This record gives sequence, structure tokens and C-alpha cells, in this order.
Amino acid sequence: MSCLPDPRLPTGPLATAWRRTRDGLPLISPLRKRQLRIVVVGSGLAGSAAAASLAEQGYQVQLVTFHDSPRRAHSVAAQGGINAAKNYANDGDSVERLFADTLKGGDFRAREAGCYRLAEISGAIIDQCVAQGVPFAREYGGTLANRNFGGSQVSRTFYARGQTGQQLLYGAYQALMRQVAAGRVELLTRREMLELVTLDGVARGVVCRNLLSGELETYTANAVVLASGGYTNVYYLSTNALKSNASAIWRAHLEGALFANPCFTQIHPTCIPSGDAYQSKLTLMSESLRNDGRVWLPLKAGDRRPPDQIPEAERDYFLERQYPSYGNMVPRDVASRRARELCDGGHGVGQGGRSVYLDFHDAIASQGSEIIETRYGNLFEMYQRITGVDPMAAPMRIYPAPHYTMGGLWVDYHLMSSIPGLFVLGEANFSEHGANRLGASALMQGLADGYFIAPATVTAWLAEQGATAIGPDDPAVREACLEAGQRAQGRIEALLAVAGTRPVDSFHRALGQLMLEHCGIIRSAAGLQAGLAAVAELEAQFQRDLRVPGGAHEPNGELEKALRLSDFFGLAQLMLRDALAREESCGAHFREEHQSSGGEAVRDDQHFAHIAAWEHRPGAAPIRHQEPLSFSLLQPSTRNYQ
Amino acid sequence: MSGLISLTLRIWRQRSPESPGAYASYRLERVSADLSLLEALDLLNEQLISAGERPVGFEHDCREGICGSCGFLVNGQAHGPQAATTVCQLYLRRFNDGDTLVLAPWQAKAFPPIQDLVVDRSALDRLIEAGGFCSVNTGNAPDANAILVGRDQAASAFETATCIGCGACVASCRNASASLFVAAKLAHLAQLPQGQPERAARAEAMQQQMGREGFGSCSSQLECEAVCPKQISADWISWMHGERRRAAGSGG
Ligand SMILES: Cc1cc2nc3c(=O)[nH]c(=O)nc-3n(C[C@H](O)[C@H](O)[C@H](O)COP(=O)(O)OP(=O)(O)OC[C@H]3O[C@@H](n4cnc5c(N)ncnc54)[C@H](O)[C@@H]3O)c2cc1C
Ligand code: SF4
Ligand code: FES
Repeated sequence: MSCLPDPRLPTGPLATAWRRTRDGLPLISPLRKRQLRIVVVGSGLAGSAAAASLAEQGYQVQLVTFHDSPRRAHSVAAQGGINAAKNYANDGDSVERLFADTLKGGDFRAREAGCYRLAEISGAIIDQCVAQGVPFAREYGGTLANRNFGGSQVSRTFYARGQTGQQLLYGAYQALMRQVAAGRVELLTRREMLELVTLDGVARGVVCRNLLSGELETYTANAVVLASGGYTNVYYLSTNALKSNASAIWRAHLEGALFANPCFTQIHPTCIPSGDAYQSKLTLMSESLRNDGRVWLPLKAGDRRPPDQIPEAERDYFLERQYPSYGNMVPRDVASRRARELCDGGHGVGQGGRSVYLDFHDAIASQGSEIIETRYGNLFEMYQRITGVDPMAAPMRIYPAPHYTMGGLWVDYHLMSSIPGLFVLGEANFSEHGANRLGASALMQGLADGYFIAPATVTAWLAEQGATAIGPDDPAVREACLEAGQRAQGRIEALLAVAGTRPVDSFHRALGQLMLEHCGIIRSAAGLQAGLAAVAELEAQFQRDLRVPGGAHEPNGELEKALRLSDFFGLAQLMLRDALAREESCGAHFREEHQSSGGEAVRDDQHFAHIAAWEHRPGAAPIRHQEPLSFSLLQPSTRNYQ
Repeated sequence: MSGLISLTLRIWRQRSPESPGAYASYRLERVSADLSLLEALDLLNEQLISAGERPVGFEHDCREGICGSCGFLVNGQAHGPQAATTVCQLYLRRFNDGDTLVLAPWQAKAFPPIQDLVVDRSALDRLIEAGGFCSVNTGNAPDANAILVGRDQAASAFETATCIGCGACVASCRNASASLFVAAKLAHLAQLPQGQPERAARAEAMQQQMGREGFGSCSSQLECEAVCPKQISADWISWMHGERRRAAGSGG
């Protein structure tokens, strides 16, 4: 593979593009569908929705997930809500408006056609979820309730208290279990995909490690669907679940799938900061807190007084000062950057000067403690449980944390990667979010991919293969499986053989530090180059000094972590390269060299209005391909929040 | 912040389902009281690995109380002493310097042991498989607002839908009953119009499956409610018994 495949973008008017594409896709008879096997990796929103929908159509589906139950996939943690252009609030929302917000929010680094389709499908997602019994919030009259979220002027976010992801996932999980009961889905839990099987460049199956017995198992199929989630854990501390990782997509990348925009990683401004060296997790505090909480820091650098002893005149409400019209509600990337700059300048508070205050004092004084408590009670409780401090009495301390990855495997309009027969859905692909994901749009994308897009496009691909194509049981496929199995075996043996002194987590923490420092909220050419050298050096130490206790043929959590971390090393280096090559500031990617005199991001549409898609070459530097982006309905404009 | 704390951890160690298990004692000296209990186990594991010993197996993932992965008994209490809290959200500042904590896996016939603090809870998935869903295919749904649900009713359905499938209710029940888990799912769906067509059949099928999986029956001890991290009320169990009578009355 040496060039970018056709992204298969629709031509003609965007408003009817998906309908026209779908109507033109070939179909397969129900009888033949029963003979076709599909492997889905991942049981989050994207994977569960796809597996259930494909099984309903009659395919034989196998679903692989490393969790003990599909219900535990990381989608369960999403708090805020899911967008849809239903205009139930009668505030003028429309598909065009959701499309425009999505494209603008992504700083014009996403494909127009994809964003349009996402907005168009959004309404059907809500219908589907309600029919499954998802208990969204309702108005007294029984209709669905909506709320407002960052980055839009209409109320289009559907929610189930602070547990929207949980309820959406349970809906998809229940649809999936219904198909398991019907015998159409084989559920393979506690399996981790370690390799992709390809034959003549076409995806034919996956190799998994059974996490209980350690056996390597191969599952062959007519098509493979990866829905394995995001890779924010490359930073070690993040808002993601601890086991979220990049292995499935990274292994596919090494087999030939292009990796797009790896450096686009969203940093969320309002998370509980890190404290002790052994802290394992950064917990998100919903963005909605900034509706009433005011962000500030001491005016004087190094001021160590407790917050209640710092008088008003000696406080800097920096977001209100710098962005008078948006104030504390500026988008995630801007709020994160400003906090980090001041902390770097010595104004930060808390452990290591790495946090800012989010203060509810004024809101409590003007609205009363009862109102504030009912509005944010559960979040306050969560904060207090983790930090031991009551936010009603003292300001919260928050700091930006790695949260979501906009990059992922490159896919065309049909969600097929550059490996034919390999489809990639949800956070694992790079699609729709551009350089900066808007709130409440990832859930929407995962479900659009899983319920509606993949079932149509996977069918089309299978139909195009015809009845004479090589089947999953062909001897040549078996041979390819054997080879892939040997690759996995070799990696496991190599890790166990190192027999060094340092546990995996200590390497992971070190990698996270490097990535935060060099490829975090602010990047620079010198920093990225230093990062590349440091990560390569750390990887070499990992290969020399890792200690994985226990064996391959038993439950071995340390071996699982070591396999994941070895993949993160490769990905981290690709992220640094991608960030270095993108000589502009856009969305979550802020290059120090490319900023205005006022410190705002300067995008370069002339040279960088493209998707960067990286090709892996064994033993050589990867190649950066460019897929140009063009816009017809909406022209790129500069984001301005002042 | 809260300073340093030293603890003795007595942990159930069992290499495999077949091998015998026993408690082993470990000391954590002067660690930050701001660590969560699971972070303390991470720390202990790093020490064990460095000393060439097998680390302690335990389940976890989100570490924010929502995925339902974590869970074991702390001094005999499922998820430990803090009400409405999963074990991943239990922080060391809840304990006193010098305390001994006994950590043991969930115990129930339907939850076979795997390793150390890890047990197999797939029986809970099979309960859902027996009927814990609305039979609706993708793409067949009417407009969402065509189905009206009163605000309070939706909120009540939500309360029961928040069960995270952690299994604490089973582990704390002297009969190892899954009644709270099943009642929560039945109540979630039966409180919504979408759940009505299959209401009776679902109640029947899920309760029958409970028996097949080896879960015991409910004898109203209410321990399940006391340990449920999502505070699901045991009143739903009595309601569930009513559902069964209702199903029988309607001929299944
Ligand atoms: C704290 C938090 C709050 C959020 N809130 C919101 C919100 O309010 N609104 C919104 O739109 N988005 C939100 N997001 C983002 C959103 O939740 C995710 O982007 C989305 O749920 C990802 O879904 P997914 O199906 O792609 O992947 P996941 O849900 O991450 O699922 C990945 C699946 O793949 C499996 N898997 C991974 N690798 C392998 C492997 N090698 N082998 C086998 N199985 C594997 C895992 O077991 C899992 O089942 C939030 C994210 C976080 C972290
Ligand atoms: S009912 Fe409560 S204790 Fe039982 S599985 Fe659900 S959340 Fe856990
Ligand atoms: S680790 Fe997810 S609930 Fe505890």
C-alpha cells in the first residue's frame, strides 16, 4: 500500500447524499446472509449497536470484548448527554445547524459529508434508544427534555441525569443480549484482540488471547469490525477507564491500515487534578459546573494562602478577564490552555501548583445553597468523596486532563479502513470530530456508526465480494491465521523473557509524563523532537528492564498491561510525529509557534486543510499522506470567543 | 490534605479455581490517605512484583463507580463500609491508622472463583439474555415523542435502570439471591410503555433463569439494599413478586 485509497465521498448536494448513497448500495438476500460471518471487536456503544443490528439482519456475528460483560465497556461512563437535531425545544434547530456546529467545532478539520450525515442520522438514534427503553429525562407532559451544551446556541442535548452513556449502553447491550439469546451473536468475553489476520491485504479475522486460560484463539470472518474505543490512556492519567487502549487499532495499523490525525487529542478543562504519585485516574467534573462556578487564581505568583484568605482584589478571574463575552464558558481547548499557562507561570494552586479554583461562593451567595446543591449535588458528592473537600465550603480545584481522541484509523465514507473488509467504528476511527470534538457528539457518532451506517456499508462490501470470494475457512486463510498467531505468541514470549526489574505501571507513568509534557495542551517543534527522543529511549528501557511476573497460560493482568503498553510506545511516537508535521494551531492541537499576538490559535488553511493519514513501514519512518478537505456549504472561519 | 496512614491488608489469595485459597497478610506503611483502596492495591502489587511475588488479582476499570467491574468484601461488607459507594470510590481516609482490612472475593454458587478477588459474574448477563430487553429491531422505531412518559415515571424507571451489575447484592445475601438485580431490570422496563408488550413473559423468564443459574431465593433480609452502590430499593423485590402473580394471572 503506498497511496491513500479513495475516500468514496458522495458527489452532489449534501442534503441527499447519504440517502442517495444508501439507496445505491447493493443488497444481499436473507438466505445468503446466514452463511456470512462477521467479527466485531468491542462492546461499547459502537460495537454493541453494530453487532446487534448486523445480527438482526441475519449475519452470524461473533463479538469479542476484553471485559467480563459487554455492559462494562467504557461508553458506560459518559455523563453529559447526546445531541440530536430534533428541534423538540422549538428553538430553531435543524440538521443544517447541527451540521454547521459540528464542522465549526472541529475547526474545519473534518469531512463535510461525514458531519452532514451524522447530523441527519441523529434523530433516528434517539427514536431507536427510546424504543429500547432508555429512560431519558422527560418534561411533565411526557415529552423528551433537552438541555444546552457547550458550542451551540440551541438546546439539543438529550440526557439521562448524569448517566447518559450508561443508559445508552444498556440499551445497546440489551439489544445485543437479545441476539445472543436468539443464537445470532456468539459473545466472546474476556478475550483481547492481539492481531489482525489479513490475506492478500484483505481482513480475514482476528487473533485473541483468552484472558482466563491464556490460549490464543483465532476467529475468521468475511468482514471484521473494530469498535475498540479511544487511546487517551497513552497519557497514563486520563478520564478514560484504565483498560482503554490502542492495541486493536494499532495492530491493524501495523498490518496496513492508515492512522489518521493521531495528534488530535482533546484535553478537558474541568477534571479533578492529580495528587499522589500513585493516583490512577483523573475524574471528569461535568462542564456544566462552569455555568455557575467561577474560575480564578491568585494574582500574585507563588501565593500560598488558603483561598478564603485571598481578598477579591488579589484574585484573577482570568477567563472572564480574557474573554469578556464567553467568560468561563469558553470552549474546552481555550479554557485548558489558559489554565496551563498560568500554572506554568507559577500562579497555580494545590499540589505542585497544578490546579485552578472553580469557585461556587458567588453563586451560593446570590442563588442560595439549596439551589446550587440540587443543581450539582451528585457532582459535589463525587468531588468530596475523591478529594475529601466539600465544594460548598471551599472552592473546587480542577485541572485539564486528557479526555478524548479525535484521531484513529482512517476510514472512508463507508467506514472502511484502508484494509478492505476492515471497518472501524466509534472512537476507534478518526472521523467526524475534526481537531476538536464538541460535547455530546461522541455518543451520537458511535451509535450512528453502529446502528445505521455500518449495517448498510458492511452489507454492500460483502455483496461486492460475491459468492466466489475466499471464505473464512479457506486453507490460505488458515495459513494466515497461523502466521498471525505466531506474531502474537512471539510478542508474549518476548515480554515474559525480559525478566528485568521494573513493573509495567512505572513505565506507563513515565510515558504519560513525557506525552503530557511534549504533546499535551501546548506543543512546540523543539518539545516534540525532544519527546520523540525521550519516548524512544523509554521504550528501549522497557524492552530491557520490564518485569512481568507469572506465565502466559493463566489470568495475568501484568502481561495484559505490558502488551498494551508496548503498543502505546509505537502510537506515542506517531502522535509526536503527527503533531510535529502539523505546522499550525487548530482545535486541540496548539503549536506555540503558530499563535496570534494575543495568544490565540492561528490555523493555516492554505497548507493544512487536510487529513493526515500515516502509513506504517516496517523498519522505516512512516509516510504521511494527505487527504484534502473541501467545503461547499460552509466556508472555514476563525473561531473567536472575545 | 489527610496525611499518611499504615494498614494491614489480609487478602484472599487463590491462584486458580482449582487451587486451594488462603488469606495472606501484607503491610502498607505510611501511604497517602488520599489514595483509593484500589490505588493502594496497585501500590501493593508494585511492591509484590518488585519482590518477585505474584500480584493480587482484582477487577476494576472505570474507577469512578459506574462500570460495575470492581467489588469485593472489605471486612465482610460488600464494597466496604461507605454507603452507596463502589469499592473503587472508597478512599483510605475512611480508615484509621493501624487498621486491618480483610479483603475477600464475592461468595455465591452462581459466581465461581477465578483468581484472588476475581469471580465470574457472567450469570448476570444470562439473566438479561433471558428477557431483560425490549424486542425492537434497529430502524423500526417511531418518533421518540410519539411515546409519552410522565416525568416522575421516567425518573422512577431511571432509578431502577442505574443498576451497574456489580453483584454486591448477591454476595451480601445469605441465600445468594439475585432478586434485587432482576427486580431492578423488570421494574425499569415495566415502568415504561415500551416494556409493556413483553412484561409478563419477561418477569416469568428472568425469574426462572435465576433458579437455573443457582441463585437462591429472597428471604427479605434487606442486606442487598444496604450494600447496593446505586441505592436501589428492596421494595422492588416485593413488587417483583407481585409481577409474577400478575403474570400467572394473565396466563404467562
Ligand atoms: C468520563 C467521560 C465522559 C464522557 N461524556 C460524554 C458525553 O457526555 N457525551 C458524549 O457524546 N461523549 C462523552 N464521552 C465520550 C464517549 O463516551 C466515548 O467516545 C464513546 O463512548 C466511545 O464509544 P466506543 O463504542 O467507540 O468505545 P468504548 O465504549 O470505549 O468501547 C470499546 C470496547 O472495545 C473493547 N476493546 C478494546 N480493545 C480491545 C481489544 N484489543 N480486544 C477486545 N476488545 C477490546 C472494550 O472491551 C470495549 O468493549 C465521555 C468520555 C468519558 C471518558
Ligand atoms: S442491584 Fe445494586 S448491588 Fe445489585 S448488581 Fe445492581 S448495583 Fe450492584
Ligand atoms: S471500577 Fe468501575 S465501578 Fe469500580
